[in-house]
Amino acid sequence: MSAVKPMRKIFSARFLSVGLGVFIAVSLLTGAAPQKAQAAETLKIGVVLFLSGAAAGPFGIPARNGVETLIAAINGGKIPAPYNTKGMAGAQIEAVYIDESGGATKQVTEFRNLVQRQKVDVVVGYISSGNCIAVAPVADELKMLTVIPICGTPRLFEDASYKYVFRTISDSITDSVGAAHYIKEKFPNARTIAGINPNYAWGQDSWRDFHLAFKLMNPDSEIVTEQFPKLFAGTFTSEISVLLRKKPDVIHSSLWGADLESFVNQAAARGLNKRSKIILTIGEANMFRLGAKMPDGIIISARGPYGVLARQTPLNDWFRAAYQDLFTAPPVYPSYMTAQAMLGLKIAYDKASQARGGGMPSTEEVVKAFEYLKYEAFGITIDMAYGNGHQAFTGTAYGQFKFDKSTGTATFTDIMWFDPECVNAPKGMKGAAWIKGGMKGAKCG
Amino acid sequence: MLTLIAILLDGLIFASWIFIVAVGLTLIFGVMRILNIAHGSLYAFGAYVAAWLVGQYLSAGYAPMGSFAVLLLSAIIVGVPMGFIMERGLLRFMYGRDEVIMVLVTYAVFLILEDAIMLIWGTDAYFAFEPYSLLGNTEIEALVFSNYDLAMIALALVVGALLWWGLNHTRVGKYLQVVIHDRELAQALGINVTRVFTITFMVGAVLGALGGAFTAPQISVTPGMGVEVIVLAFAVVVIGGMGSFPGAVVGAVLVGIIRAAAVHLLPQLELFIIYAVMALVLVFRPQGLFGQAEARKI
Repeated sequence: MSAVKPMRKIFSARFLSVGLGVFIAVSLLTGAAPQKAQAAETLKIGVVLFLSGAAAGPFGIPARNGVETLIAAINGGKIPAPYNTKGMAGAQIEAVYIDESGGATKQVTEFRNLVQRQKVDVVVGYISSGNCIAVAPVADELKMLTVIPICGTPRLFEDASYKYVFRTISDSITDSVGAAHYIKEKFPNARTIAGINPNYAWGQDSWRDFHLAFKLMNPDSEIVTEQFPKLFAGTFTSEISVLLRKKPDVIHSSLWGADLESFVNQAAARGLNKRSKIILTIGEANMFRLGAKMPDGIIISARGPYGVLARQTPLNDWFRAAYQDLFTAPPVYPSYMTAQAMLGLKIAYDKASQARGGGMPSTEEVVKAFEYLKYEAFGITIDMAYGNGHQAFTGTAYGQFKFDKSTGTATFTDIMWFDPECVNAPKGMKGAAWIKGGMKGAKCG
Repeated sequence: MLTLIAILLDGLIFASWIFIVAVGLTLIFGVMRILNIAHGSLYAFGAYVAAWLVGQYLSAGYAPMGSFAVLLLSAIIVGVPMGFIMERGLLRFMYGRDEVIMVLVTYAVFLILEDAIMLIWGTDAYFAFEPYSLLGNTEIEALVFSNYDLAMIALALVVGALLWWGLNHTRVGKYLQVVIHDRELAQALGINVTRVFTITFMVGAVLGALGGAFTAPQISVTPGMGVEVIVLAFAVVVIGGMGSFPGAVVGAVLVGIIRAAAVHLLPQLELFIIYAVMALVLVFRPQGLFGQAEARKI
C-alpha cells in the first residue's frame, strides 16, 4: 500500500500539469478572441477629479457632470455632427471615478492603481496643479494616455515634455495676461493694484504674471499690497482691512472654491467692491452658486471663453442643453473643460481608428492622432499647437458680473474676448520670460 | 494710527473666534486630560447645522434677526447630544489610558465624523450669509468693520465671563477645579467625577459647535473645515498652557494680534508667524505661558 501512494501522487501531478497546460492553451486560443472583442466594445476611462473637500462643490462636481454629459452623449451617438458616431472608435465608455483629494503622493499611488489594477485604457483628470505635475511623469513611465482638462500650471509643458500626456486648455499665463488687458481696456486710469491670492503655486504664479503684465502695460503703476492667505483660510478679516486701508484701484484674486465665496461675502459686506475694482480670475465657477450674493461689477473670467463667456455656436447650444437636461444647473467652466477633453479624446480615437481601417487603435496610434489636433469644441476651437502637439493654445474672455433680478439669472456685461495670439507666449517660450521681455509678438485685435 | 487700530481690531476679532473654540478644547483637557481632536468635527457640525438651519429659518420667512438665536440653538443641538454620546458611548471606556491613546481615539472619531458630514450634507459647500450683513458696519476713517465681526468680540467676552463665573462661583465649577487639581483627591472627597466628566465634555462640545455656528454666516461651509480650526486651536492652547483658562484667553489674544500685525505689516510671514510664536513659547516655557509644570506620576 505504501509503495502505491507515491505512484498515484506522480500520476496525479502529471495529470494536473497536463490538464493545466491544455486549459491554458485552450484559454489562449479561445479566450483571447472574446477578450479582444470585449476590448473593442468597452473603453475604460479613469476619471480623477475632486469629489470631496473644498474644491468638490465648485470644481469637482461640475467637472464630473461635464464628463458624464459627454459619456452619455458619446455612448448614445448624440453629439451633433460631425461627432455623432457612437462610442470612441466604436467602443462604449465605462468610467471609473477617483477622488483627487489627499495630495500629490496619494494621487500618484491612485494613478498607478488605476493603470495596474483597474486596467483603465485612458485617464482623464486633475484639477490641482500639484497633482497634474506629479502624475505626468508617471503617465509617461506607464505609457498611459492621460488627458488633463483643468490643471493650469504653465510648468507642466514649459519645464518638461511628455509623450502620453495632453492638456486641452491653456495654462494660467492666459488668465493673468487677459486680466491685465481687460483692466487696461476698460479701466485705463487704474494705477494702484493689490493682490489677494492663495498661498501656493497657483496663487503665487497667477499674481506674479498678472502684476508683471499690468506693470508692462502701465509702467507708472504701483503694487500697494500683496496678500497670500493660507489655502482654505475661510476668514479674510485682516486681509480685507488691509485692502480697505490701502485703497487700490484694482484687486486681483485667483482665490477659488469655498475661499472665493467666503471672500466675496466678507468683502461685499464691508463694501470693498465699492472702493476698488475686484477681478476674480476664476470666479465663473461660483457665480451661479452665489447669484445675487455676488456684487454687480466684479470682473470675472472662466479661465477661458467658457460658461456664459463661451461663444454661441450650435455645438455650444447643444452642450448647454444636454448638460442642463441632466443636471438642471447650467454648465460652468470646469464642466466645459472636462467636456472638451472628452470630445478631444473621442476625436483622437475615431481618427486613429479610421487611420488603421477600423477597430480599436493602440495607445500609440491614439497619441499620434491627438498630437497637433485642432477641433471645434463648445464655443471654442482647441488647437493642440503647443508642447509638441500636447498642449492647447486657446484665448480667454473677461466680463463684469451682473445679476438680473427680474429673471433671477447671473450673467455678464462688457465681455471682451482675447485671441490666443494675444494672451499666450510664442511657441517654445516660457510665459513669465515672455511677459518680462515685453510680451513681444503678441497680436491683439 | 489707522494701521494700529486695524491691527488691534482685526486681532481681537480673530482672537475671539479662536478663543471660543480653544477654550472648549482646553476645558476638556484640563479636567479630563483628553486632547480632543474631534473638537474640530464638533466645530464643523456646528457650522453645517447652523448654515442649514438658518437657510431653513429664513426661507420660511421668519424675522431675519431671529437667525442669531438659530445660530445659538444650532450649537446646543449639536454640542449637547454629540458631547454626551461621545463621552458616554466611547471615551468613558478609555479613562485611565495613556494620553496618547486618547489622542488616537479622538482622532478616529474625527475621521468618522468627517465622513459622516459628507454622508449627511454631501460634498457641496453650504452658505447662509444673511446674518453676516444684518448688523451693518462701523466706519473708522478708511476702515469698514462688519458689526457682526465686532459682535464676535462681545460673544467671546460673554463666553469667557460665563465660564469664569461658572468655574469660580458655582458648585459644579468648584468641583471642576478640584478635579483639575487632583482627580484622585476629588474622588476621595466624594465628588462624582464621572458626572463632572460628562458635563465638562458636553460644555466643551457646545463651545466647539458654538465657534462653528457663529463662523457659518461668514464663510462657505465645506467638508474639511474642522482640520484647519483644530490645528489653530491647538496652537492657542499650547501657547497658553494646556488646560489653563487664562492661558486660552492670553493665547488667543496673542495669536490674533500677532497674526493681524503680520497681515498688515509683513504679509509674507502670515503663514509662519503663529507657529513661530508657538515654538518660541515652547522653547522658554514648555508647559505654555500659564501651564504648570507637573511631576510625572510613576
